[in-house]
Amino acid sequence: MAKVSFDVNGETHQFELDTRTTLLDALREHLHLTGTKKGCDHGQCGACTVIVDGRRINSCLTLAVMHQGDEITTIEGLGTPDALHPLQAAFVEHDGYQCGYCTPGQICSAVAVLAEVKAGIPSHVTTDLNAPVRLTNAELRERMSGNICRCGAYSNIAEAISAVAGRSA
Amino acid sequence: MRFEHSATFNPIDQLKVIGHPTSRIEGPLKTTGTAPYAYERHDVVANQAYGYVVGAAIGKGRIAAIDLDAAKAAPGVLTIVTADSAGKLGKGARNAAPLLGGPEIAHYHQAVAVVVAGTFEQARAAAQLVRIDYVKGDGKFDLAAERDSVSIPDPTIGGPADTAVGDFASAFVAAPVQLDATYTTPDQGHAMMEPHASIAAWDGDKLTIWTSNQMIAWGAEDMAKTLGIPKENVRLVSPHIGGGFGGKLFLRADVLLAALGARAAGRPVKVALQRPLMFNNTTHRPATIQRIRIGAERDGRITAIGHESWSGNVSEGEPDMAVSQTRLLYAGANRMTATRLATLDLPEGNAMRAPGEASGMMALEIAIDELVDKLGIDPVALRIANDTQVDPEHPKRRFSQRQLVQCLNEGAARFGWSKRNAKPGQVRDGRWLVGMGVAAAFRNNLVTKSAARVRLDQQGRVTVETDMTDIGTGSYTIIAQTAAEMMGVPLEKVGVRLGDSDFPVSCGSGGQWGGNNSTAGVYAACTKLRETIAQKLGFNSEEAVFADGAVRSGNRSVPLAHAAGAGDLVAEDAIEYGDLAKTYQQSTFGAHFVEVGVDADTAEIRVRRMLAVCAAGRILNPKAARSQVIGAMTMGVGAALMEDLVVDKRHGLFVNHDLAGYEVPVHADIPHQDMIFLDETDPISSPMKAKGVAELGICGVAAAVANAVHNATGVRVREYPITLDKLLEWLDVD
Ligand code: FES
Ligand code: FES
Repeated sequence: MAKVSFDVNGETHQFELDTRTTLLDALREHLHLTGTKKGCDHGQCGACTVIVDGRRINSCLTLAVMHQGDEITTIEGLGTPDALHPLQAAFVEHDGYQCGYCTPGQICSAVAVLAEVKAGIPSHVTTDLNAPVRLTNAELRERMSGNICRCGAYSNIAEAISAVAGRSA
Repeated sequence: MRFEHSATFNPIDQLKVIGHPTSRIEGPLKTTGTAPYAYERHDVVANQAYGYVVGAAIGKGRIAAIDLDAAKAAPGVLTIVTADSAGKLGKGARNAAPLLGGPEIAHYHQAVAVVVAGTFEQARAAAQLVRIDYVKGDGKFDLAAERDSVSIPDPTIGGPADTAVGDFASAFVAAPVQLDATYTTPDQGHAMMEPHASIAAWDGDKLTIWTSNQMIAWGAEDMAKTLGIPKENVRLVSPHIGGGFGGKLFLRADVLLAALGARAAGRPVKVALQRPLMFNNTTHRPATIQRIRIGAERDGRITAIGHESWSGNVSEGEPDMAVSQTRLLYAGANRMTATRLATLDLPEGNAMRAPGEASGMMALEIAIDELVDKLGIDPVALRIANDTQVDPEHPKRRFSQRQLVQCLNEGAARFGWSKRNAKPGQVRDGRWLVGMGVAAAFRNNLVTKSAARVRLDQQGRVTVETDMTDIGTGSYTIIAQTAAEMMGVPLEKVGVRLGDSDFPVSCGSGGQWGGNNSTAGVYAACTKLRETIAQKLGFNSEEAVFADGAVRSGNRSVPLAHAAGAGDLVAEDAIEYGDLAKTYQQSTFGAHFVEVGVDADTAEIRVRRMLAVCAAGRILNPKAARSQVIGAMTMGVGAALMEDLVVDKRHGLFVNHDLAGYEVPVHADIPHQDMIFLDETDPISSPMKAKGVAELGICGVAAAVANAVHNATGVRVREYPITLDKLLEWLDVD
């Protein structure tokens, strides 16, 4: 067991945790923030995506005790049913989901993708490293490819993200 | 309510709410992470312990000895349940292989133990300490090797093992143009994003399970049968389901092990199947070998069509009915199909999205394209030339609606099909070889009983309760739309409660029957509630109009809520069907158009454009229905290009049993998708005049991709998936 504390959606939480506890399970099983999903527990699906200090990560691939002092944003921290984040609203509007299980991960990823593009961070498909990064169809799809949607809502997800980014998919 | 005659005008036809592209009513919950899935129900019962499943490490054989001492002594362990300690277990009517193995092992990763501990980490660590000695048996794991020792299976829901009309053999030999080709489809996994998961809690001899299941009544019934307890003592609750695709139709090991673990531990237990366990532990779409023979006149008219399919399953398992669409899709006087079943010791094969037609159309619609090559006729035109408006086996039996030709024509016009170069390998776009492909889409519409309960309260709110499930299909929304239309209230005044075995038994979600049947059940219950309300308010129920939150007749109008002044009004009813499904053939139709690029040097295949045109009865919610189809198109791309559970034929398992090894399409694989529905209402199907769409969308997609690859390269691949290694040896790489 080890002590750790970090911020989740703006609130500081103190834990005494089994050191084997992943950040994902700390959120789901200890804080009961179950919006972050477990699809594989092996870093293969993206359902567990959360934003840690501004960067998206698979929370199943990191131990909770490694996050002392970190600021973590989960899907619950982006918006609520009565006050949706623009991306959450766009997912509803464009039907960017079906079963909804990959959805929190997709939305957290999308929030981070928009920030990455704004910050000029290149991806595997960026052709010109000296030019400002543009959210082309290829960039968007490449950057979102760590988030599997078995329901196959990709085309609608791309439209939802594009609508928020002010471009067409 | 019995539905015996073609539907006439009814309140649904007002289309004030039905037919609108309403956003999902549960959308704000799903997008904020506040829709609770099975494993997440911290709210329902306190003191939940964690179960971790141990799967068999052999494909066939038995357990010689099992040593639990170290695991039991591990920190936090509360109990371990194996077949030895589980007590006598039955088997659900819908399970072929037992869910808890031992001492006999039926298949790889069959559950053999559940380790229950205070935390997940403790249960997982202790599970690694379970020591099992196995005696390996000789298993049969290779479908191709068993092809000659198959049996003739009993008829299934998909049809009999053999069908014949006319004289196929003679007509085929006599045909001036003949095609005889064999295709293979691999085992495929559902790979839904939410793993199978359950929380079980006992209260005396009553068991409640919060789970993730498509068919609540089947699950409750099979759970009771497996445990040998009365059905009334089992309650299943499943309000949100993170995908199923057929993989959650049946009782699975998570449910049983949570219940057994909870009984042994004396406290609630939750179990999620670990992702790497799922592919071998649960069911999959079985691999097929399919031989298709088509004889045609030079003008393209088919005179003989024969389709044979071989698949394998555990004993008591059923065959994949890959031949079923071939009995109905194209005309032709002489026909045969044959379905053969090998006994294999691989995991249990069972339904996956469009069982039968999905694999059958993968083969049949390449075969039609191959006939095109022989005839030199356009693929769209050839399909149109062989359209039939009647069941080819029973020419007196008409299709209730059949707009296949319209789908093909509309799709061809929209897709720019006329720009396709019929000669393969001719079109270049930089390093890409570009090709277009088409395939028909076909899937039957199934009607089945479905019940619901509707309540009106003093605020004029309408609440629907049914054990129907929403697996991403949009059930919540279309049920709310149905109730709103029937009761004449806005959508916001309707509440929908689903997925609880305490509610009336619905059709459940499967076989693309959910949308039409579950809403028809709600229609029946609402019709009854309308009568009750009319009576209560002193209206003639025939004349009463339900609109704008009021009931009106002549110039008298009363707010709906007044009817519930003295207390809630409740009505329950079911839709039940006469024999319209026998008199008419009810099917859904579509056409898939695909453009691919194939890298001329590496043979990498990219899907560039996709269009589906579907005709599937009334579309209750075009937004949700479109999503079902594009999702199915996505899964079809997976089937075409990557999905393949690779069999280890020595040890008898699917080797690539996780989401890294079993590849499914990701964002980068799927372009913008176009999808349109043709106008259609089908009064033969139900009072809703709707049919299914969710499975239609996958049928034919893979073949359209395959045909596009052929058009791009001239290479014909008959073994799915079409991976670049299968193209490379034929491509003229310089
Ligand atoms: S649960 Fe973390 S990537 Fe799948
Ligand atoms: S919405 Fe079901 S997996 Fe994406």
